[in-house]
Amino acid sequence: MALKIPNNKTPIAEQKPQERIHNFKEVVLGYTLEEAITEANRCLQCPTHPCVSGCPVGIDIPGFILQLRENNLEKSHEILKSYNNLPAVCGRVCPQESQCEGVCTVGVMKDHEPVAIGKLERFVADWNASHGNESISEKANSKKGKVAVVGSGPSGLTVAADLAKKGYEVSVFEAFHEAGGVLMYGIPEFRLPKSIVEREINSIRKLGVNIETNVVVGKTLTIEELRNDYDAIFIGTGAGTPRFMNNPGTNLNGVYSASEFLTRINFMHSYEFPEYDTPIRVGKRVVVVGAGNVAMDASRSALRLGAEKSMIVYRRSEKEMPARVEEYHHAMQEGIEFHWLTNPIEYIGDENGNVTGVKCIKMKLGEPDASGRRRPIPIEGSEFTIEADMVIEAIGQTSNKVLLNTFPELKLNKRGYIEADPKTGKTSVEGVYAGGDIVTGAATVILAMGAGKAAAQAIDEYISSKKKA
Amino acid sequence: MFEILEKERIAPKEYDMWINAPRVVNHVKPGQFVVIRTHKKGERIPLTVADFDRENGKIRLIFQAVGKTTYEMAAMKVGDSFSDVVGPLGTPSEIKKHGTVLMIGGGVGIAALFPIIRGLKQMGNKVITILGGRTSDLVIMKKECAEYSDEMIITTDDGSEGIKGVVTDGMKAVVNRGDHVDYAWAIGPTIMMKFSALTAKDLGIPIWVSLNPIMVDGTGMCGACRVTVNGNIKFACVDGPEFDGHGVSWDELMARLKQYKDQEKISLEKYLSEVGETSWL
Ligand SMILES: Cc1cc2nc3c(=O)[nH]c(=O)nc-3n(C[C@H](O)[C@H](O)[C@H](O)COP(=O)(O)OP(=O)(O)OC[C@H]3O[C@@H](n4cnc5c(N)ncnc54)[C@H](O)[C@@H]3O)c2cc1C
Ligand SMILES: Cc1cc2nc3c(=O)[nH]c(=O)nc-3n(C[C@H](O)[C@H](O)[C@H](O)COP(=O)(O)OP(=O)(O)OC[C@H]3O[C@@H](n4cnc5c(N)ncnc54)[C@H](O)[C@@H]3O)c2cc1C
Ligand code: SF4
Ligand code: FES
Repeated sequence: MALKIPNNKTPIAEQKPQERIHNFKEVVLGYTLEEAITEANRCLQCPTHPCVSGCPVGIDIPGFILQLRENNLEKSHEILKSYNNLPAVCGRVCPQESQCEGVCTVGVMKDHEPVAIGKLERFVADWNASHGNESISEKANSKKGKVAVVGSGPSGLTVAADLAKKGYEVSVFEAFHEAGGVLMYGIPEFRLPKSIVEREINSIRKLGVNIETNVVVGKTLTIEELRNDYDAIFIGTGAGTPRFMNNPGTNLNGVYSASEFLTRINFMHSYEFPEYDTPIRVGKRVVVVGAGNVAMDASRSALRLGAEKSMIVYRRSEKEMPARVEEYHHAMQEGIEFHWLTNPIEYIGDENGNVTGVKCIKMKLGEPDASGRRRPIPIEGSEFTIEADMVIEAIGQTSNKVLLNTFPELKLNKRGYIEADPKTGKTSVEGVYAGGDIVTGAATVILAMGAGKAAAQAIDEYISSKKKA
Repeated sequence: MFEILEKERIAPKEYDMWINAPRVVNHVKPGQFVVIRTHKKGERIPLTVADFDRENGKIRLIFQAVGKTTYEMAAMKVGDSFSDVVGPLGTPSEIKKHGTVLMIGGGVGIAALFPIIRGLKQMGNKVITILGGRTSDLVIMKKECAEYSDEMIITTDDGSEGIKGVVTDGMKAVVNRGDHVDYAWAIGPTIMMKFSALTAKDLGIPIWVSLNPIMVDGTGMCGACRVTVNGNIKFACVDGPEFDGHGVSWDELMARLKQYKDQEKISLEKYLSEVGETSWL
């Protein structure tokens, strides 16, 4: 029986690399219904279904695939939605290779690729958006209690949706002018079209959730005000503040954090300048520092803006690279140049303060460090310079302190993130819950959603027991 | 929501507006700013809250038309609305009893200086204010600043009012006549703040300056606004905008302010070609 399963995933339509490097449209075009059913047939419906435990929110994967195979798309979507409020997003951006698909029984078989679970999830969610009739949920009422959610990234949106469904009055406060968190201002249009995020957010609004933008909690509203007005608070403010390596020359013109570069492009639409007002510099030779998803996004965005050469420098080797496999493949296809075992040590500028080059040093790998990966060590005397007119640092983020500085009672961990119980999101302050990147440090969309789900459950229990007492 | 309630042209290319912003007004303090967008395709730009009226939920913005967004603002009418106003942002000024304070303002920086002058006066400081400009008409808010100052000194480049010279001449005059100054503030064009800081250093006076780097979010999420102060990288939107004037790397800030010179020109030219005549500015 196993022999009947095609070895490879059903191919999916993509924009050709030579075309797509000139536009910001989505790279992966998605399955047709026929292709999706063909792929669904590769699933064994295996009784152990390890994929389910590989999924951080435990989606009934064989269940939704079975319904898809039988062409019951509405039912398939219902199953997905009951576990995951943002399936069109997760299908596109989850690191499936290290989750569901990484443990799929088919993928374990010799010479076989796993079932393309992510692509199927995306298919079902997109199909529903264009065909399905939006299920009309009952509007929230304030009978069960009032909850304030700070931040509208995947963790906050999940808490809001789950609690609204349970009958709570939920207000989400977002600092930016639009909701969605990193889904809107970080992950580029060519991977996650903003119309899809907006669609998902609208469906959450329809549940009766009130989302107020332009509110920075800690500045516009204080935590005390929220504690007085709401029965519980969820903090999902993300890991928003960019880190810099602090190399000499960091403040030269043309040196960006990936956060700024991507926010200008995705959120402020500077790739459509001057139709949109926010400008961006266009680098001809661009060096991106780091090799995670953020670095891939930055280097591929630079190419689309018009870079002649877009390079990634990374102090470790290809093996340690943290990016999703799909993003790496796409970056390679698009001609991004990779410089492994290379670390920038200085940015060189001209007399007008514009960056002109990146001084780098070669690295070698030593003993494993705390992260279990081999520690990169500089090779003395191996310095060399890469000519560049733009540098984008994508070396990670830390917690944003705007809210935390105004809330000293809230206990933080050693790394400066909020200390919260991983099972419930409970923090050191009664009635205050937290989840997502502000607890774990920069992680993934699905982990943030999982934390949101757990917190919604715990908040419901907390408020219910308090009201009974 | 963010409706323009009042609007007045106070000098060539300079405007004074009251905006409905009930959420901002509750917690705003002197030295803080808001980030605004005029419309959905607009840029996010920072503007200091020059004054506020808690009772009526409105804030006052005073701005100079220098490019696309501020030209657009100048063209907006009472009853029009901004699409977004967020704040109050930044760390408030250190309003406490210092003794004698020397308050130096130039251009639209005077608007940012005004609430600090008032706050310091209300805390019982002796306030000596120096306002400077190219010519008398460009020195704004003279009456309002005078109301909260023990002494007012005006300097103009052309001598049309007060001392003929620049604000640093006023600073030296105050110290040379024997006044002891405990703290100074300088807010205005970057070049004016740089020289005020240098002069204050010579005169042995600690000085706050309010830096105006290019910003995006204004909440510490992007790092666009980074400046170097005493050798360390700071994010002006959260760590500032006020910093120790003696520690600022001024030339770096001035270079960074030119980062989008070419694009700003394209943007303004496109706007001007759409609206035509702008002599009314
Ligand atoms: C460029 C980029 C690419 C990525 N690619 C992937 C990927 O392919 N797959 C994947 O799984 N993950 C990816 N991630 C990571 C993922 O996006 C995050 O882990 C996830 O978004 C975290 O969700 P969150 O809800 O914790 O916070 P966020 O999405 O960070 O949202 C937090 C929200 O809170 C708001 N906020 C902050 N402070 C305040 C305040 N004081 N008051 C009000 N609002 C506030 C912020 O403006 C923001 O909107 C990527 C991240 C980046 C930056
Ligand atoms: C904390 C702070 C408070 C400020 N308060 C005031 C104020 O009360 N009144 C006032 O008139 N101006 C103020 N400014 C300056 C004001 O933000 C700029 O004049 C405005 O952004 C210009 O935008 P524009 O599109 O009209 O012009 P542009 O043509 O875009 O720019 C003209 C110049 O303004 C600066 N600038 C451009 N974009 C930005 C940006 N996004 N953020 C900051 N500076 C930028 C640059 O130096 C540029 O060369 C403040 C700036 C800061 C950082
Ligand atoms: S592990 Fe793979 S084959 Fe088994 S149920 Fe999950 S997707 Fe299907
Ligand atoms: S403006 Fe983005 S961090 Fe200051």
